[in-house]
Amino acid sequence: MVLLTRKAEFSAAHYYYIDAWSQQENEKVFGKCANRNGHGHNYTLEVTVAGEIDPVSGFVVDLKALKDVIEREVIQVYDHRHLNLEVPEFRAVVPTTENIAIAIWKRLESRIAGARLQRVRVYEMPDLFADYCGE
Amino acid sequence: MMKAYLSRRYRLSASHRLHTEQFSPEQNRAVYGKCNHPHGHGHNYTVEVMVSGPVDPVTGMVCNLSDLDGFMQKRVVNRFDHANLNLDPSFATLVPTTENLCMEIYKVISAGLARVKLEKVRVEETSNNFFEYAGHRQNERQ
Repeated sequence: MVLLTRKAEFSAAHYYYIDAWSQQENEKVFGKCANRNGHGHNYTLEVTVAGEIDPVSGFVVDLKALKDVIEREVIQVYDHRHLNLEVPEFRAVVPTTENIAIAIWKRLESRIAGARLQRVRVYEMPDLFADYCGE
Repeated sequence: MMKAYLSRRYRLSASHRLHTEQFSPEQNRAVYGKCNHPHGHGHNYTVEVMVSGPVDPVTGMVCNLSDLDGFMQKRVVNRFDHANLNLDPSFATLVPTTENLCMEIYKVISAGLARVKLEKVRVEETSNNFFEYAGHRQNERQ
């Protein structure tokens, strides 16, 4: 089995806020991320797939196909958008880095031809990232 | 509940000298090379901490970053940043290699950080050298 990782980038706005909580509670738990005016990040996405090397092509997956599926399912939906306001899965779910990794996993899991999705890693900043492996 | 892994990087600058009393001066020079120069030298270290746990269905978080940052600042960064590692009590009889620093930081975090599982500590000494410690995994591969 061989692992193959493809990177992609998107830039998006978000805030962390739970409507059922008071302003004070939101600020206590989420700090400056609770500001309803939102803020943004340049995210880096790493998608790792696992599979056997095709003896003829030498590929684990067709890289172009993987790039296209990431572009279509994730980048076109998330890039230059407000995650809370414009991306359906975050209407009622806080768009933390952890939840973004889980949401991207769900978007990609059944759409990768010929290989198994192994890990989704989302960098919110170079010093902070979350991994989801379907566990 | 869905399990995610969260990683965070911290920075500290410290000096050290690789030297052990158990070797002769010649042996120290042979084993540690320029790292054995008598007055020490320093690095900008990066410490990467990976924790895991279920994603809280309300907050969407594995752990609150400000708690993790507060812990790391108080227990790791304040202790080692702008310090001489050889003078830290944990290196009184242990050579402050980055392997040993990595294991010491793992020990501090695993003993003190509540509510999440520590998966791994990675310490980068330079952009080309890094070390990882994931604790004792006695049952693995048995």
